[in-house]
Amino acid sequence: MVSVIRNGRIIDPANSRDEIADLYFDQEQILNSEAAAKLSIDRTIDASGLIVCPGLIDLNAKIGELNSKGHLTIFSEHRAALNGGITTVCIQPNTVPVIDEPSMAHMIRESVKQQESIRIVPLGALTMGLQGESLTNMASLKNAGCVGVSNARVPIHSTLLMRRAMQYAATFDLTVFIHSQDPWLTGNGCVHEGEMSTRLGLSAIPEAAETVAVARDLALVSTTGVRAHFNQLSCARSVDMIAESKARGLNISADVAIHNLHLTEFDIQGFNTLCHVMPPLRQESDMIGLREGVNNGTIQVICSDHQPCSKDDKLAPFIQTVPGISGFETLLPLTLKLVDDAGLSLQQAIACLTCNPARTLSLNLGTLSVGAPADICIFDPEKSWEFDPDEMLSNGKNNPFGGMQMRGKVAHTIIGGVVATDSN
Amino acid sequence: MMSEDIQIGADGRLNHFISLEELPRELIEELLTTAESFIDFATRDTKKVPLLRGKTVVNLFFEPSTRTRTTFEIAAKRLSADVITMQSDGMSTTKGETILDTVSTLQAMHTDTFVVRHSFSGAANLIARHVPQHVHIINAGDGRYSHPTQALLDMLTIRQQKPNFNDLTVVIVGDVLHSRVARSEISALKKLGAGEIRIVSPRTLIPTGLEALGVRIFTDLDEGLKDADVIVMLRLQLERMEGQLIPSEREYYRCYGLTEERLKNAKPDVMVMHPGPINRGLEIASSVADGSHSVILSQVSNGVAVRMAVMSKIMGGIRQSG
Repeated sequence: MVSVIRNGRIIDPANSRDEIADLYFDQEQILNSEAAAKLSIDRTIDASGLIVCPGLIDLNAKIGELNSKGHLTIFSEHRAALNGGITTVCIQPNTVPVIDEPSMAHMIRESVKQQESIRIVPLGALTMGLQGESLTNMASLKNAGCVGVSNARVPIHSTLLMRRAMQYAATFDLTVFIHSQDPWLTGNGCVHEGEMSTRLGLSAIPEAAETVAVARDLALVSTTGVRAHFNQLSCARSVDMIAESKARGLNISADVAIHNLHLTEFDIQGFNTLCHVMPPLRQESDMIGLREGVNNGTIQVICSDHQPCSKDDKLAPFIQTVPGISGFETLLPLTLKLVDDAGLSLQQAIACLTCNPARTLSLNLGTLSVGAPADICIFDPEKSWEFDPDEMLSNGKNNPFGGMQMRGKVAHTIIGGVVATDSN
Repeated sequence: MMSEDIQIGADGRLNHFISLEELPRELIEELLTTAESFIDFATRDTKKVPLLRGKTVVNLFFEPSTRTRTTFEIAAKRLSADVITMQSDGMSTTKGETILDTVSTLQAMHTDTFVVRHSFSGAANLIARHVPQHVHIINAGDGRYSHPTQALLDMLTIRQQKPNFNDLTVVIVGDVLHSRVARSEISALKKLGAGEIRIVSPRTLIPTGLEALGVRIFTDLDEGLKDADVIVMLRLQLERMEGQLIPSEREYYRCYGLTEERLKNAKPDVMVMHPGPINRGLEIASSVADGSHSVILSQVSNGVAVRMAVMSKIMGGIRQSG
C-alpha cells in the first residue's frame, strides 16, 4: 500500500530540507519519490498549506505505571500523544515497577508490540530501585532495549557511586540521562526560591539546588568521558555551565520542558497548583536564558514533561499537590509560539522536537529520509485556536495554558505508515 | 485565571478575608475604625450586640491554637452568632481533599462563615475557591502565608498610640522565614503608608527576595532598633525548623533577644509588641515583655474587637443569600 502526501511544505531538519513537494510512504517507511511516483497510489492526503515534518519525539513523559494486565498507562495516553503529533515517547525508568531489570524492559517492548501504540523507548535505571546504592546490570538492560540509563528524578547522593555509574555506562557506550538536583538544597521545597515563595510563604528550592548538582555532574562527566544528557534544565546559569563545558569538548546535550520556556515563578500567583512543576518555574531571567540556550543550540531538545494528573491531585494546599502538567497536546503549538515570540527559526523549532531528540536517543527516527520509518506529523501552521484543557484527549486536564490563543494545530499523525489521526 | 482577587465579590462586598495584600487601604482603615467602636463594648455590663443573630460560624482549626481560636469564638458570641469550634490535630498528614470534604460536610448544615486555620500555605485560599458564593471564609492563619486578623489587630494597637503611620519606623525582629504574621504585617504597614519597615534577623531566617516587599533588612539588632517607634518581636518557631537555622538558643538570645539594654536604641516612647505565644528569655527578656513599653496584653484584647469588625463586615447587613 502506497500513500502520498501532496503539496505539503516538507520540513525535515535532519536533511536541511524545506520545500513544497510530495512525500510517499508505504506501511513501513518513507519511499523514494521518483520510484514511488510510478507505483499505484492507494491513498492521497492533501497537505496544501500544511507543514509536513517527522513525527515528534518526546524525551520526557511520566506515564509509566503498570496495571494488573502488565500494560503501561501509556496506552491510555496514546491518543493524547497522537493528537499532539507525537509518535515516539521516551520513558524514564521511574515506572512502577522500576525498569532496573532486563525483564521489565522486555515486558514493555512486548506489550508495545501487542497494541496499537506510539513508539515507546525506555531508559534503564542507573541504580537498583533508583535507590542510589548499587548499580544495575546495564549491559543486560541495553540488550533488553534500553537506549540509555538514568536515575530519573531521584538524586544519587553518593558522588562516588555517581562516578562509578558513569564509568560503567561508558563501558557499554550508554548515554547517561541526568536530572541534576541537589537533594539537600531541594529539601521539601515546592517552588523557586524568590519573590513569590516569600510572598506566598511556600517552601522554596534555590537556584543552587540545580547549579551545584550540574557542576558536580559536569565534573564527573569530564573525568569519566561518558556521553551525558542533562534533562530539564530550569536555570539560566545551568545553561551557561553546559555551554562552557560543551565548548571545552565534553560530549553532552540538554533539554528543557516547554513550560519552563513560557512560564515564570509569578505564574503560581494565587496558589495556582496547575503551575506546580518539578523543577520549579523560575525567574524571568531564567526563562530568557533557557530560550537563548535553545536558540543558540546549547539546549537541543524541547520536551513536554507530560504528567497527567487527576483533578484531586491538584485540589489541595499547594505543597500537597502532585507536580506536573499534561503537556502532550500543547508541546507543538507552544514550541511554534517560540518562533513567533522568541526568535527561534521554524527549522530549529522542529529539529528540537524531531531529529535532535532522535540523536540524543541514538534512534533512526525523527527524519523523513528515504528508508526511515514513516512517522510523520502534518500540521496547519496558521490555524489559530483558543486552547481549552477540557478538550484534551489526555486523562489529565491539568494544563495551565487554558484560554491561551495558540497558532498551529496538528491535522494528521502518521505512525509506521498508518494514519492514526484525522482531527480536522 | 487564578490571579484575580477572590476576596471582593462582583458587588464590591467583602466575601472572604484571606490576605491583606489585595485589599484596598480604605477597607483596612474602615475595619480598624469599626474595631475601635467595638473596644468599649467589652467594658459594658452587657457585652452582646445582635448584629449576627441567626448566623452560624464554624471555627475550623486544623492546627492547634489558643489565643486566636478563643478570641474568634468570643468575637462571634459577642455579635450573637452561633459558634461551633472544631479543632483537629494531625490533619497535616491527611490528604488535601479532606479539608474540602470537611468543609462541604459542615456547609451542608448551613454554615455562614468558616474561620479556618491550617498548617499549609494557601489552604484558606483553596477553600474560598470551592465554597458556594454565600459562604464566607476568614483566614485565621495558613502556613507561612497569611494571618490577616493578627496584622489588623497590631495595626489597631499601633494606631491607638501613634495614629500617623507615615512618621513611623516599625522594626520586625526574628524568625521571618516561618512567620505568616510578618508577611501580613508587612502588607498592612505598606497599605497604611508606614514610614519605614525594617527587618532584623540572621540571614538564615530571612526569606530570599524579601526586599521586593519594600522592607530594609538589618542583621545587627542595635543598628536595626535605632530610633524605632514600634518593635514587633516574632516568636522563634523552633518546631517548624527543618535542619539547623541557628546554632543555639543562647547565641540567638545574645544577638537578637530584646533586652532592656538594647531597647535604649529605640525612641523613648517605643511600643513593644509580640503576637504570642512568647518564648521568654529566647527572643524577649521577661522584664521587657512585662515592662512599660509592652503592649502585648492590649494586642490580645484588641484581637476580639478586630475579629468582631471583620465578621460583622463580612456577614452583617443585608445581602442576598444563595
